[in-house]
Amino acid sequence: MTAATVRRGTAFAPRAARIGLYVFLVVSAVFFILPLLLVIMNSLKPMEEIRQGNLLALPVNPNLEAWATAWASACTGLDCAGIRPGLWNSIKITIPSVVISTLAGALNGYALAQWKSRHANMIMLLITVGLFIPYQAMLYPTVKILSTVGMFRTYAGIVFVHIIYGLPYTTLLFRNFYVGIPDEISRAARMEGASFLRTFWSIILPISTNILVVVAILQFTGIWNDYLLGLIFAGNDNLPMTVQLTNIVGNSRGVANPNVNMAAALITAIPTLVVYFLSGRYFVRGIAAGAVKG
Amino acid sequence: MSTWLNRQAFRPDVTVAVFFAVVALFFYGSILWTFYMSLTRSTLIPNYQIVGLDQYVKLFTNQRWLVSCLNMVVFGVLYILGTLAFGILLAVLADRNIKAESLFRTIFLYPLAVSLIITGLSWRWLLDPTTGLQALMRDIGWESFTFDWLTRSDRAIYTLVIASIWHSAGLVMVIVLAGLRGIDNDLWKAIRMEGIPLWRAYCQVIFPGMRPVIASCVVLLMSEVIRGYDLIIAMTKGGPGISTEMPAKFAVDFYFARVNLGLASAASIMMLVLSLIMLAPYFYSEFRRRT
Repeated sequence: MTAATVRRGTAFAPRAARIGLYVFLVVSAVFFILPLLLVIMNSLKPMEEIRQGNLLALPVNPNLEAWATAWASACTGLDCAGIRPGLWNSIKITIPSVVISTLAGALNGYALAQWKSRHANMIMLLITVGLFIPYQAMLYPTVKILSTVGMFRTYAGIVFVHIIYGLPYTTLLFRNFYVGIPDEISRAARMEGASFLRTFWSIILPISTNILVVVAILQFTGIWNDYLLGLIFAGNDNLPMTVQLTNIVGNSRGVANPNVNMAAALITAIPTLVVYFLSGRYFVRGIAAGAVKG
Repeated sequence: MSTWLNRQAFRPDVTVAVFFAVVALFFYGSILWTFYMSLTRSTLIPNYQIVGLDQYVKLFTNQRWLVSCLNMVVFGVLYILGTLAFGILLAVLADRNIKAESLFRTIFLYPLAVSLIITGLSWRWLLDPTTGLQALMRDIGWESFTFDWLTRSDRAIYTLVIASIWHSAGLVMVIVLAGLRGIDNDLWKAIRMEGIPLWRAYCQVIFPGMRPVIASCVVLLMSEVIRGYDLIIAMTKGGPGISTEMPAKFAVDFYFARVNLGLASAASIMMLVLSLIMLAPYFYSEFRRRT
């Protein structure tokens, strides 16, 4: 049923249209929930049930065995320590990357909003275009630069890449926010003789809590979910969860364990899902802010 | 720290200069370097002798590259149109004073918080003909039910379209819904007074007024298409055969697995050119609007 027929109906059959509307919404909701449901259900099944039935059958004896295996003993290649090391790697990559890229974006965004020059517009344009440059056109030179300074495939290297590659996005979001705040605030601080950095740190940052939360949530989601940069820049000792997950799923030694794979996928997805459900309003606001560029 | 901070002058331009130097080096410097490499015969390590456009000729006679480009066009058109249609429809319905709106919105948007790797894996499991949806339908008695697109080289690309619409429809819904909420109540009153049918009001009044909002959705979705890598890795690995290969994967494969730096750079530059061509109209209108 299309929207047009639903709405055309409202004129003479409001009740039927109303029912059609809810049917469509519920069917859509099922479509969105189905993949998550499948993964949750199968992560709770023991292996015998997986072997008998299909993946969409309900679990008969749900238990957390697959979760335990995925957490501590599933194999990624030769290594059989589960997804646990990946969780720690992801945490220690994500936290500094989010904090630094958010603060750097705030400082740069504020500077761009304050710098009254026509060059500021041009620079903003170049930074915005940076958002749309495919990573592939920058990957190899970045590898080169980082190898030269000994940071390729190191912990510091992956954090650094996340910060740099995140800069255009965070700068844009903050700049758009700071263009909208009254100029009197900065002017007053300037009259008092405060330096630019002092004004930013003591006056501007404290009134930016909302946008800081919004940007930090977006950066957290993006960096936690990153796969390509982690694969290339993190090095074997720091592989994030997304990369370890594909290693567990793609591990060809031994038999396939869909229940363990799905438990591992869920463990990987939980942090961003929790942030999403707890911060719904901020998440939505961030998306809307990011979408309306310029 | 605090005395040092106080001694500085009020100079936003210095801060901008420092950051811009970093962006210029890592973004624009990298592009120049990649372009340079695309003009050489570099394989594992850079070779600095320029040989002209050889790599581009090789690229456009490479069957896998041509298939990748074609796949991207098919995928891109279906994904963008599908996501827009579904997302706008959901936004319009969510805007009709429905019950439990925030519950529906939460359900429609959560995929955006899920990584494309997990999106790809989940849909691969769901659409696997021997264990997923097809098996379920046959188990409950519909013996002839067949949905094996994931394993068919002529259909696998459509499963990528389904999974990525699942991932992004909520994004379009939220953006369009924000636009709809911004519409003046007087406009709705006028529409009701004139007795214009609802569907015509949307098509002829509401949507045309929201063109910038829809344009920014298209821009976001286009950059997803050109960057598309994770989803393919998780869901089809480019297969069956090369039926779901795409340029982003082609470039990464040739950089790292096949160590052909020259060809990979040429592919990356073509991706960049394509992004800029697709985004040029948007940037042009944005820039003109602002100045």
